[in-house]
Amino acid sequence: MLKTIAAAMLVSAAAISTVYAQDGGKVTVVTSFSKDVTDPFKASFEAENPGFTLDVQNKSTSSGVKYLDEIKANNQVDLFWASAPDAFDSLKGKSLLAKFAPLVTGLPEKVGSYPVNDPEGYYFGFAASGYGIMWNDRYLEANNLPKPAEWSDLTKPEFHDHVAIAAPSRSGTTHLTIETVLQGEGWDKGWGTLKGIGGNLQQVTERSFGVPDAVNSGQTGIGIVIDFFAFSAQAGGFPVSFVYPSVTTVVPANIGIVANAPNQKGAEAFVNYLLSEKGQAVLLEPSIRRLPINPALYANAPEGFPNPFKDPRFQSMITFDSDVSKKRTDVVDTLFDQLISFQLDPLKGATKAIYAAEKALAAKDVAEARTLVNEARGLISAMPVTADEAASPQIRDAFTGGEQKTARQAELEQQWASFATKNYAEAKAKAEKALSLVD
Amino acid sequence: MASVASIPFRRVTAKPGQIAAVALIGLFLAIFLIVPAGTVIYTAFTEKGTGALTFVNFLDFFRTDLFRRSFFNSVYVAGMSVVWATLIALPLAVLTTRFDFRGSMVIQTLGFVPLIMPPFVGAVAMQLLFGRNGTVNLMLYDWFGVRIPFMEGLNGVIFVQSLHYFPFILINLSTSLRNIDRSMEEAAQNLGSSGFRLFRRIVFPLSMPGYLAGASLVFVKVFDDLATPLLLNVKDMLAPQAYLRVTSVGLTDPMGYVISVILIIVSVFAMWLSAVAMRGKDYSTVQRGGGGLMRRNLSRGESIVAYGVVGFILLLVLSPHIGLLLLSFATVWSYSPLPDDFTMVHYARVFDESSIYIKNTLIYASLAGLIDVVIGGAIAYLLLRTKVVGRRWLDWAATSALAIPGVVLGIGYLRTFYGVTLPDGTPLATLWVMVVLALAIRRLPYALRACYAALQQVSESLEEAAENLGATKQRTIRRIVLPLMTGGLLAGFVTSFSTAAVELSATLMLIQSNSDAPIAYGIYVFMQSPAGRGPGAALGVIAVIMVALCTLLSHYVIERRQKAIGSAK
Repeated sequence: MLKTIAAAMLVSAAAISTVYAQDGGKVTVVTSFSKDVTDPFKASFEAENPGFTLDVQNKSTSSGVKYLDEIKANNQVDLFWASAPDAFDSLKGKSLLAKFAPLVTGLPEKVGSYPVNDPEGYYFGFAASGYGIMWNDRYLEANNLPKPAEWSDLTKPEFHDHVAIAAPSRSGTTHLTIETVLQGEGWDKGWGTLKGIGGNLQQVTERSFGVPDAVNSGQTGIGIVIDFFAFSAQAGGFPVSFVYPSVTTVVPANIGIVANAPNQKGAEAFVNYLLSEKGQAVLLEPSIRRLPINPALYANAPEGFPNPFKDPRFQSMITFDSDVSKKRTDVVDTLFDQLISFQLDPLKGATKAIYAAEKALAAKDVAEARTLVNEARGLISAMPVTADEAASPQIRDAFTGGEQKTARQAELEQQWASFATKNYAEAKAKAEKALSLVD
Repeated sequence: MASVASIPFRRVTAKPGQIAAVALIGLFLAIFLIVPAGTVIYTAFTEKGTGALTFVNFLDFFRTDLFRRSFFNSVYVAGMSVVWATLIALPLAVLTTRFDFRGSMVIQTLGFVPLIMPPFVGAVAMQLLFGRNGTVNLMLYDWFGVRIPFMEGLNGVIFVQSLHYFPFILINLSTSLRNIDRSMEEAAQNLGSSGFRLFRRIVFPLSMPGYLAGASLVFVKVFDDLATPLLLNVKDMLAPQAYLRVTSVGLTDPMGYVISVILIIVSVFAMWLSAVAMRGKDYSTVQRGGGGLMRRNLSRGESIVAYGVVGFILLLVLSPHIGLLLLSFATVWSYSPLPDDFTMVHYARVFDESSIYIKNTLIYASLAGLIDVVIGGAIAYLLLRTKVVGRRWLDWAATSALAIPGVVLGIGYLRTFYGVTLPDGTPLATLWVMVVLALAIRRLPYALRACYAALQQVSESLEEAAENLGATKQRTIRRIVLPLMTGGLLAGFVTSFSTAAVELSATLMLIQSNSDAPIAYGIYVFMQSPAGRGPGAALGVIAVIMVALCTLLSHYVIERRQKAIGSAK
């Protein structure tokens, strides 16, 4: 038996080690995009640029960044291609990207209010993505739920235990959504909304695709997602819908050439192709459905497809300040994890108790109970740090490891977590007391 | 006087061959496990920013509520999973080895299939069946207005883990049961023991090496597993905490590596504990062959009960695969007990590409399995038959591979081997051989446990007899030890092979191009989009069938071999 296996393996090993013929035109791209996205681009690029072959290496955004960092001494990758602008920022900060000036000109400089390209030319937006709310039609109907339209709708009692979100520390795109809410509504009010949504969450997933996946299959009713997840699911026949809330933003998905690319020419060819009309047209394929960065393409878009360059909704979207965002990225992500993701059960318990008390109060108002409920709500939305503290060098250094001795990240996390545990427990006790006063 | 002194002296001296074996295996483990993992885990002992050596990170671990809670949750889940996995595996193992039971081989194979669960698709399929709005709950809600939270919280993790990992107990326990000397059972029967008492007092204790090998693997594997808790969105357990911290963009948080160190310590401690439990007991038996224990016929009533129990267990443990099969044929499956419609297009879509994935998977997994059996068998032999210095360290080092997150090993390989280049400039880390080595290291503990259990049941007196008759050590190993261990070696190979075939976390870092990719990677690239769910599931079904066929083949070989030995007597 073992001999047979060994023989079979030797034969196949010989087969695979036959060196594949390479024509010097291999363009290697590391991407977080699924096969459904990369396959049409590969086919179209190779048809447009004979002699080049596109070699796709699929990695999650975070492992892609780590990978490029580990291999920089002997880099074999030409391009990095992913959604989240913060990943490109991180690569640029580590000098892992190369400058380039694409041949394609005349593309808009801004989509919504976000600059399309890196101002210094290290990476380029090729598609726009807006953030919003996606839901499963069958789920809402079966549970008699209304259709949400705004972030604040998701803080209402009827949506308790029906909402999903990806952890912002795991998903660069969700991080931008959170930051959009914080910038749009202000630090304190914004966190109030986020914790209100937090109290209604059914799950916090660890990858971006976990949310649309759960909504598509009907495991959860409502998800906070990027638009194309919903559009491509609709194109695939899933009973889902999507809405952009009024406080949102559109940001570009990007491509950048890796520093010391082995095939610089091929890398440039692919960037030029991706920004050309031929490349942009591929974005409209049913399995992709991303918003092209070239306004001319919208003429061919399917009906009901949003146009960020014409649609008034997108013009009124808030200005996203990426400097503010950059300064506090780690703090915001860690706060979300420590106050919401890892405290989900206490937070949901307190929220549920408040809903019960408010329901009773709606039938019969008792002033003392009303005060208690308001105090409980205040305890939930209270923050352990202010906006200024979040951007302060003392707290930032705890995450990046500054020269000066500061509190360690682990110490801050423990402080914030115990702050949340204590507040949520007190809030729950107050709400329960309020309920007993009304009954 | 001289002879008295010479006995202990002889026992501590090692033959040059043994020392060479320890050195070679030690070198292998050092290059492909300890150094790569060490280059990453080193961060646990450094201060962020300055990089100075410190232990403060470990103090922080114990000062943090979240980590303490995670630690206890992980211990609880791992312990309960062992209990449930035992309840599932025990009836299957006993029925198929102790009774004349039609379809034993099929049950042994099917009972093994849960281990072969490709990443992502399995969890999606389980959610579609048992999730809050899965098939079962939608029907329960329709009929009775209730939902059962199968898949929620720690209990959900225990449910999925015991379904997933019970084959470790099944396969090791069955091998042990087959190897029990029939004369033991006959002696007990002559003394008047029978039925459950016979099983409790004689059969089960004698199969302890296999049971403990399996149970300790289940414990450690569940303790270190991050995929299941993450896919059920349970985050307050140790392994997911380590993963979340190791893989976040941008920063290096030492706590992720601190948790990895703690995972390694607990895993090695658990393995040590199971070794202590076996210490001072002798499980070896002299007689071999004859198919192990006597097989009894079942009465009509017993048969009905037995088939009922087996049928129910198989239905439960194969439910992820049933869900996967449905998903691979489904058009749209959303908030409904069954898919809206069925189609073949997903298989058509993956058909062209699947052949390269299948070829790569078979090569990688079988090479990894082979390396594991060779090294695992050698370590087991050194542990049980020699007193050579360093043998325990080999065991602990190999076992610690269970606890090192795949992504840590992947990064370690890049860091250690990317700088080393071939003459033409290709980095060593980009060769597909590195994927094989990473898989072999990750799966070595499985094969090691199986080989260890198998050798424990071989009586040393057989080897002494051979040596008395003039056989050399090498010849004794080749002609006596290896043939008697065949069952265990194959069990080890099959476990390593089939789990390596669906491994993803380490390989994701090392795969350099689609033409070198195994099937788990192929599934991964499909499963990131709504339209890719069906094709991903179709590839998953292909993976399961492919690995199951290989498993069935090896079971067939074991059975035939046992029969051949039995009839030769």
